[in-house]
Amino acid sequence: MTQTRKPSSKPEAREAQNPSFSSSGMKLIVPLQGVVQGRGGLLLGTLVPCALFYFLQLYLKRRRSTANCNPPSPSSEPTLPRTSSRSNLSARGSISRVRISRLATQISRPDESLYYVGLDRVSRDPYHALDNPDGVIQLGLADNKLCLDLIGEWVARNLEDSVVGTGLNINGIAPYQTYDGLMELKMALSDFMHQVMGESVKFDPSNMVLTAGATPAIEILSFCLADQGNAFLVPTPYYPGFDRDVRWRPGVDLIPVHCRSADNFNLNITALEQAYSQARKRGVKVRGILISNPSNPVGNIMTQDMLYSLLDFAEEKNIHIIADEVFAGSTYGSEKFVSLAEILDSDYIDKSRVHIVYGLSKDLSLAGFRVGVICSFNDSVLAAAKKLSRFSSISAPTQRLVTSMLSDKRFIREYFETNRKRIQQVHDEFVDCLSKLGIKCAKSCAGMYCWADMNGLIRPYSEKGEIELWEKFLSIAKINITPGSSCHCIEPGWFRICFTTITLEEIPLVIERIRRVVESCKSSS
Amino acid sequence: MGIEIEQPCVELSNVAVSETHGEDSPYFAGWKAYDENPYDELSNPSGVIQMGLAENQVSFDLLEKYLEEHPEASTWGKGAPGFRENALFQDYHGLKTFRTAMATFMEKVRGGRVKFDPQRVVLTAGATAANELLTFILANPGDALLVPTPYYPGFDRDLRWRTGVNIVPIHCDSLNNFQITPEALECAYKDAEAMNFKVRGVLITNPSNPLGITIPRSVLEEILDFVTRKNIHLVSDEIYSGSVFSSSEFTSVAEILEGREYKNAERVHIVYSLSKDLGLPGFRVGTIYSYNDKVVTTARRMSSFTLISSQTQHLLASMLSDEKFTENYIETNRERLRKRYEMIIEGLRSAGIECLKGNAGLFCWMNMSPLLEKPTREGELKLWNAILHQVKLNISPGSSCHSSEPGWFRVCFANMTEHTLEIALQRIRHFVERIRTQTESV
Repeated sequence: MTQTRKPSSKPEAREAQNPSFSSSGMKLIVPLQGVVQGRGGLLLGTLVPCALFYFLQLYLKRRRSTANCNPPSPSSEPTLPRTSSRSNLSARGSISRVRISRLATQISRPDESLYYVGLDRVSRDPYHALDNPDGVIQLGLADNKLCLDLIGEWVARNLEDSVVGTGLNINGIAPYQTYDGLMELKMALSDFMHQVMGESVKFDPSNMVLTAGATPAIEILSFCLADQGNAFLVPTPYYPGFDRDVRWRPGVDLIPVHCRSADNFNLNITALEQAYSQARKRGVKVRGILISNPSNPVGNIMTQDMLYSLLDFAEEKNIHIIADEVFAGSTYGSEKFVSLAEILDSDYIDKSRVHIVYGLSKDLSLAGFRVGVICSFNDSVLAAAKKLSRFSSISAPTQRLVTSMLSDKRFIREYFETNRKRIQQVHDEFVDCLSKLGIKCAKSCAGMYCWADMNGLIRPYSEKGEIELWEKFLSIAKINITPGSSCHCIEPGWFRICFTTITLEEIPLVIERIRRVVESCKSSS
Repeated sequence: MGIEIEQPCVELSNVAVSETHGEDSPYFAGWKAYDENPYDELSNPSGVIQMGLAENQVSFDLLEKYLEEHPEASTWGKGAPGFRENALFQDYHGLKTFRTAMATFMEKVRGGRVKFDPQRVVLTAGATAANELLTFILANPGDALLVPTPYYPGFDRDLRWRTGVNIVPIHCDSLNNFQITPEALECAYKDAEAMNFKVRGVLITNPSNPLGITIPRSVLEEILDFVTRKNIHLVSDEIYSGSVFSSSEFTSVAEILEGREYKNAERVHIVYSLSKDLGLPGFRVGTIYSYNDKVVTTARRMSSFTLISSQTQHLLASMLSDEKFTENYIETNRERLRKRYEMIIEGLRSAGIECLKGNAGLFCWMNMSPLLEKPTREGELKLWNAILHQVKLNISPGSSCHSSEPGWFRVCFANMTEHTLEIALQRIRHFVERIRTQTESV
């Protein structure tokens, strides 16, 4: 499937490395600027020449750009085609081009995160069984295609009635609705989450704010819980999209709490404590912890004990917890998923620090419909989130359709049973085939991917080696998988491979392609 | 009995606790009064009539008729195949058919006088999101956008809240029918400089909300020259472009750009939505059309936070590409809005109330300054309160639109039946008579 989201990595790192600044003079400027801006109180002897040099470069750069009719577009995306009447669109003859914001400049740069680069490569040459059998197979997007047939059938049977109602009365869905979602949908979602997450979890619709997908839900919570320059602690490896959701507009930093293969990438509180104290020493204000449970990209589930420990930690530091539970319904192992909400019942726990994000993109395969939820027990957060949801509301006809679907309890039950079975089947088969190739996966019981250890195939044992292997997978095997470095994994060589975007029958094809790379690595060693 | 230990409260962000959402203004307070006691023809005939919501309900029947005659729009034809692509499709480029349909529709609304490239259409969940997104892209926190007054109260929130950007008003007044003048533009720019704000752009609404008038071509040319001189952006929110009573009276900034062969076009961005012209605010369909490649790229990426449901895109794509439907709709909608406008103007005139001569939109800009006890903001709010609680009409006071002259009110006329509008006009007539008799007897 095609890409959805774009760049992520730390702005400072990118600034230093990015070669796409339009003139080579800037390569000199950036480190100089870094020096000048670094600390106050530099000797005038350093400051003044630097400033003069900077202005000289700026002047030269401006002169160059007037002579330049078509400054190269910094974007890696194909340049927008222009009709002949628009050939003057670029800054022909203008001395200073109109500026965009710092944020926009950062975002407009070419993607550096291989997570997104990979998605882009698939979109340029997507595999199709009949039309393009040599195309790139998408294994880098955690989308569930296994049960689309079930959803499709339901929609075909029910759509007309469920959207515009009998009598085609558009009056109901056309006008302004409450921005944070229709009550009927909140109630239906509450029931659904109750089914998905277990009997002891009951979300009150009045504690819910609906958003156009889980992506804005995370962003809205970031805006509500932290100020620009503050930080959240986040266990690694983590979903690359968080870098965008939390850093871009809210301007909140993500401080990694590294998890290791020795613990099967489970979080340990000591690491959390260390990350917190280090942040404090640097003068960074930590406002919360962001977890995904079930974990993306590893696929493990947090134990009840760990959830309690997390709560204690948050309580002790007086910070928030954001739990992204979008994969709650996509479990296939024997372990039972426990929602953070489930353990909030004790009196001593301050519920006002806990916020849960959910959505239908994963568990119900409805990513295109944009249905997300913020569940919070904090009235002020709910009040603010409600107001912010106006920027990301769910389209009314879709709310109607989804309400109808979720209310069809029989369908939902059937869907879950079938979905669980199919995910388990594909997972087991895939992991088994991988192990026959000598590739072991982390123990996982949820999600749509496996977390594969390829450290035996990378040379050198470093991020560089990992990136080279990733490139091999893309160009030789023509499959897109996500390298651990995009997920900020501390150990090189791990890859996230999604298996729900292919069928059981396509597994041999994928395995064959992987084998090609494995063999090529072995022969070159 | 245990000792209660006070728990330290976990803190929220500045954004969360700030009042920049502006929802404590009278604009929104009136809505609350309406929510508590909404007018209903049968069940609550003495309730508050909502005239503060710019919603278009006059042409629903046309939409319903289309859906009835084209059931394939709301289904995906028989079977799953079309659905497969749609359900998962969450690419921020949006459905190509829908983007093309939007571009085509926007061209139709402008009488075919301009061409729009679907590649430059960026989709957002409503114009609210589009305006906020553009602000994030064009300005840094602490910078400023110049906005002519009076303006849509929602801008205070959409342009300022999360973005941290300031609005500096371009003052317009009744002396020249609230037109934007080059002097006013320069003045606003200087005001911003005096406050140490870096001006990043001018944001106009054309046709104007709350004035209900189109901006003349000559003024648009002046505005374009101004932003070019200052090397800043121009955002033209053309959300009411399809609600102009007569097509020939609207000039889009796109037309001027085409006339100038797109010189300096990279600083211009158009916002559009289906909420007003098509009366579908619940669908959450907005767009940014930018002549600036970088802005298009960046806006697309940022639109991840505000995507339109693929189901809705699919539903509307066929409808908006249907030439017969769109031409008929646009023409009929215009005509009906014009009739409504004339009805309310006449009704108000017979009560002795004058309005700004309007030619577009879902509302009129009403002058009640003769009725003010004092020609001040307080006087206006006092009158507004009386109208809300005694007359039971929710209208929007000019002060919430940052009007520099007290006494003007925005009154919406398209979100109700003709009958309800009659009732509202009667109530106004009685109220004005009461006041006149009171003043005379004093």
